[in-house]
Amino acid sequence: MNAIVTAKDLSQIYEVKRGVFAKPLELKAVKEASFTVQEGETLAIVGESGCGKSTLARILTMIESPSEGELVIDGVTIAASGAGSDAKRLRSIVQIVFQNPYGALNPRQKVGAILEEPLKINTKLSAGERRKKAEAMLAEVGLRPEHYGRYPHMFSGGQRQRIAIARALMLEPKILVLDEPVSALDVSIQAQILNLLADLQERLNLTYIFISHDLSVVKHVANRVMVMYLGRPVEIAPKDVLYAEPKHPYTRALLSATPATRPEDRGERIRLTGELPSPFNPPPGCSFNPRCPYANDRCRSERPLLKRHGASDVACFAVDEGRLPGLEKDAA
Amino acid sequence: MSHIEAQEAGEGVGADVPDREPAKSMRRQMLAEFWYYFSENKGAVVGLVVFIAIVLIALAAPLIAPHSPVLQNRNALLIPPFWQEGGSTAYLLGTDAVGRDILSRLIFGAQYSLFIGVVVVVIAVTVGIAVGLIAGYVGGWVDTVIMRVMDIILAFPSLLLALVLVAVLGPGLVNAMIAISLVLQPHFVRLTRASVMAEKNREYVTAARVVGASPLRLMVVTILPNCLGPLIVQATLSFSNAILDAAALGFLGMGAQPPTPEWGTMLAEAREFILRAWWVVTFPGLAILVTVLAINLVGDGLRDALDPKMKRS
Repeated sequence: MNAIVTAKDLSQIYEVKRGVFAKPLELKAVKEASFTVQEGETLAIVGESGCGKSTLARILTMIESPSEGELVIDGVTIAASGAGSDAKRLRSIVQIVFQNPYGALNPRQKVGAILEEPLKINTKLSAGERRKKAEAMLAEVGLRPEHYGRYPHMFSGGQRQRIAIARALMLEPKILVLDEPVSALDVSIQAQILNLLADLQERLNLTYIFISHDLSVVKHVANRVMVMYLGRPVEIAPKDVLYAEPKHPYTRALLSATPATRPEDRGERIRLTGELPSPFNPPPGCSFNPRCPYANDRCRSERPLLKRHGASDVACFAVDEGRLPGLEKDAA
Repeated sequence: MSHIEAQEAGEGVGADVPDREPAKSMRRQMLAEFWYYFSENKGAVVGLVVFIAIVLIALAAPLIAPHSPVLQNRNALLIPPFWQEGGSTAYLLGTDAVGRDILSRLIFGAQYSLFIGVVVVVIAVTVGIAVGLIAGYVGGWVDTVIMRVMDIILAFPSLLLALVLVAVLGPGLVNAMIAISLVLQPHFVRLTRASVMAEKNREYVTAARVVGASPLRLMVVTILPNCLGPLIVQATLSFSNAILDAAALGFLGMGAQPPTPEWGTMLAEAREFILRAWWVVTFPGLAILVTVLAINLVGDGLRDALDPKMKRS
């Protein structure tokens, strides 16, 4: 396996205008994110609202180009200045599935037209070939050929998400960015879509970047998990390691907040105090320090970098210095 | 977690796809639904019937008009309508000061009014949508410049601005139509821009961008069809406005020139006979009133039928 996506110090800075005379504020939605994605794996990106998950998705799909840093996708480097002529090639490598299946399909286009649009723009296939491909793709995602001529409003949420997945797959991409693909769906439909995604990954050898805030869904689908806080990755670890032995204090708090069905599974709930700091004015040092129970003076002045601890990469001084309690706890 | 595992056993991919009706009958169903909501509004139905009648009259004008609209009969000056003393059934609605049959002139005038309405609306809608699309999609300073220019046009009383334009371009029907289109077009720009701004951040637009749609394709193919609802209604209402403004310009001598049987021009020519021969003034005025009322009623009905918020499920 080799890395198909390599991100190095990716940052995305938005300028927020405050009127004619005031200086525009800088909002760093993503800060110095470095990570790799292996071919064929599922990397889950988790974190609370506003932590930069969706911005990262927009950078990876080249809806926006990063303000700083370097991104290498399948051997093609995307500089901070913009993708340029390689954009067209990368388009057929990275595609995206959105969260809301009701907003992601053009209500005035028939399903057939929706599926054929990527081919129409990017290939020189004839109308007949396009139609054949679209119908094959409908079958691939578990819809029937007669759905070709219908409008999106005639489908249920789960079916629409299947159509959105089909559209993303029309250009035969290698990487699929899934931006909360199931969080708008019923639990029963969620399972169907997740299984469909797993099937497709196996059959088409796809790489998934799965963005979610639902930790139980992530546990089901991910190979590795990246936890983000205020625009920065704070912990990257293989799924089993992360769930059995979370290292970063934020990851621990996040996992302890996941509801469990069986009372004996419920661990002690770690309650964070305070609010998510404003991204306009992040705290100095580690951005988690105002809410972290283990923060000391070093955490308030210096910023921790991702460091390897066992199988995980963690950005935390408390972990580095070994002063975090219960690190060696067995997975009972 | 367990909910997902529990689901795995009993599901087959695609098993949740119910059979639905084919597309063709769906379109008919949508049309039937549209008609259901449109016909709820009785005024709109009456308006539609009257409007269709006016269109038919305009189309068949040469066949049904009893006289030529410009033929002057020196023996029949200012003859009253047939039911009044001195009237004759040869001239059902009487004649004007130079002996032309008013009914025939009204029938041919319908052609002009509808022609003005169609041309003005087509120009205003095309230009308005194009400018509005650009303003809404591009945004930034382009948007600011376009919208301030539109605000300036809107700040003038519309008839006054049209009058100035015609005075500059020279009187005549064509120039009047150009002037009226220019006056009406800011409404379309504003409407289009507002809907484009609402639609352009929707996810389906982003999805189209990710697969590589060009800005032009995004604007015209992806976004525009989703903005058409309010534009259709505004176009209907502008149709009547155009007729009214053209009549006003005609009345002021800036629109269609005599002997064109345009309703506003007819009113202007008849002004001095208001006290002596009421029919010369009344019938063109009534024609304008009925036409504009009918089109406005249809526009109201369209608005109700096309607005999803007015629908009950």
